[in-house]
Amino acid sequence: MDTLQRSQIKGLFSFPIDLQPLIDEIPLSIVVLDTNRRIVMLNRALEALTGFSKEEASGIPCHHILRSKICLKRCPAMHMNEESEPVCVESDLINRDRKLIPVRINLASLKDSNGKVKGFLETVEDTRPIRELSASINQAYSFAQLKGRSPQMEKIFQILPVLAQSDSSLLVTGETGTGKDLVAEAIHQASSRAKGPFVKVNCGALPETLLESELFGHQKGAFTGAVENKPGRFRLAHNGTLYLTEIGDLPFSLQVKLLTFLDDQVVYPLGSDKGFQANVRVIAATHRNLEQMVSEGRFREDLLFRLNVVRIHLPLLREREGDIRLLLDHFLNSLTSRFRKNIKGFSKKALRILMDYQYPGNVRELRNVIEYAVNVCQEGKIQPHHLPAYLTETRPLIKETYTVKEQVSPPIQSGLNEHKLHETEQTWTDLERKMIMNALVKTRGRRSKTAALLGWGRSTLWRKMKQYGIDQ
Amino acid sequence: MANKILIPLYGNDVAPRFDLATEVLITDLDENREEKIVVLPQASAEQLCSLVMAEEVDVVVCSGIEEEYYQYLTWKRVKVLDSVIGPWESVLERFYKGRLKSGDILCDKKG
Repeated sequence: MDTLQRSQIKGLFSFPIDLQPLIDEIPLSIVVLDTNRRIVMLNRALEALTGFSKEEASGIPCHHILRSKICLKRCPAMHMNEESEPVCVESDLINRDRKLIPVRINLASLKDSNGKVKGFLETVEDTRPIRELSASINQAYSFAQLKGRSPQMEKIFQILPVLAQSDSSLLVTGETGTGKDLVAEAIHQASSRAKGPFVKVNCGALPETLLESELFGHQKGAFTGAVENKPGRFRLAHNGTLYLTEIGDLPFSLQVKLLTFLDDQVVYPLGSDKGFQANVRVIAATHRNLEQMVSEGRFREDLLFRLNVVRIHLPLLREREGDIRLLLDHFLNSLTSRFRKNIKGFSKKALRILMDYQYPGNVRELRNVIEYAVNVCQEGKIQPHHLPAYLTETRPLIKETYTVKEQVSPPIQSGLNEHKLHETEQTWTDLERKMIMNALVKTRGRRSKTAALLGWGRSTLWRKMKQYGIDQ
Repeated sequence: MANKILIPLYGNDVAPRFDLATEVLITDLDENREEKIVVLPQASAEQLCSLVMAEEVDVVVCSGIEEEYYQYLTWKRVKVLDSVIGPWESVLERFYKGRLKSGDILCDKKG
């Protein structure tokens, strides 16, 4: 590669400059080919895109390195002559990481002073970001992976891009399955930190001692078993976003350490007195009521104030007007194409059941219900028997586990159910009592005949009569 | 010991893409290294995977392959040596010597 590095441009300045460093600084992937379409030179961006180094690729036919579909089907360079204009084609390539990447390839011929083609200049553009962008623009009623058209969600969709642009700490609250993780990731992706890492830590998943070293890292020899330096999640998230999920489960002692970090943005690994200035945006999420935890002395008030700079509360699915139908259709469409099923939609009865259900597990539960139905249903429409049995059986009483006070929707539905059940019980009791009385009247009080008439044993009849006070 | 080898072809070279190959070379160490070339009706990674399974191939030597098919073949206990570049004869020769590995470039470098 020495010769490549020595390739120079003359005439641009009063002195020659090296070509390789110049093209390395261009963020677009560039490759220079000779007339046999062998690689003469490539830049750093192309190395990153294909996974092949300059040393490996130099002198090799382009199609072995680029591995693009267009190379093998109809290489545009093959038919290029002196008169040909540059060409632009959409294609894809498989890189060394075994990823299929959609690309846009521009090819232009390089001519000498006599106008003879002496080689080709090829630029390769990774079109994944453009595709993702257009896909997200084309999707109505959504922000990244979040879907909804209810007024509650529209408000959230309006504010998310604004929040993404700020660098303030963010607290996301909402019950399980409402989409807290999606919000955190969407904010990261829409922010200026999108190119940086998004590091997620579940504060409830690790014991206190491990969590401290996981979050803040440790110095070699800080404790038994610390055989080497560990950077910690804060350091790994440098220039990116750190997402602390289940922040309500963060041990009290670590709350102080997190508080210190939020104040001065310096991370001190365990056993080290040297701090690291981490440029990290913190997003925290919890399903717990932090205010209540503060009043119970289980969560530091000052930490809550620092995290609570901006707060997003995700509504319960059953409170999102019109979203259940939207999400049912959305998940049905995406899952049928994923599982390659030919399912046309929901039958009226199945739809009624799905619309009436309360979804205590929110969007996650709805998605799981549809995934179950899509798996069970072979084709046609989803019928009630394709749905999980617990939806069609007696509706379970919703366990009231809401922790945030303002979240508690009046338990009207569950109250009704309870009432109905009680009513049914009373009716059956009355009915059975009446049944025994009628049988007794028919048999003129003869108990053995009454028992036979009812299809019971004598002892059962005796027990029931005693239960209803008929024998008195 | 791996006995049956499959190499997707592009002319005399290992095909740059597994999913776009329309010819494959299959050779068997057990049968005096007899080489046969199979022409596929169309390029398809799925069909090629089916052929690998039907032929009970032990090793696939290829260049670009998508992760999905790489994982599938590996899961089916087929060894995959990918990102191998060069004429299939040289590749096979190195394989027989037990020295072929993923990422080997056996192309003549000109230019």
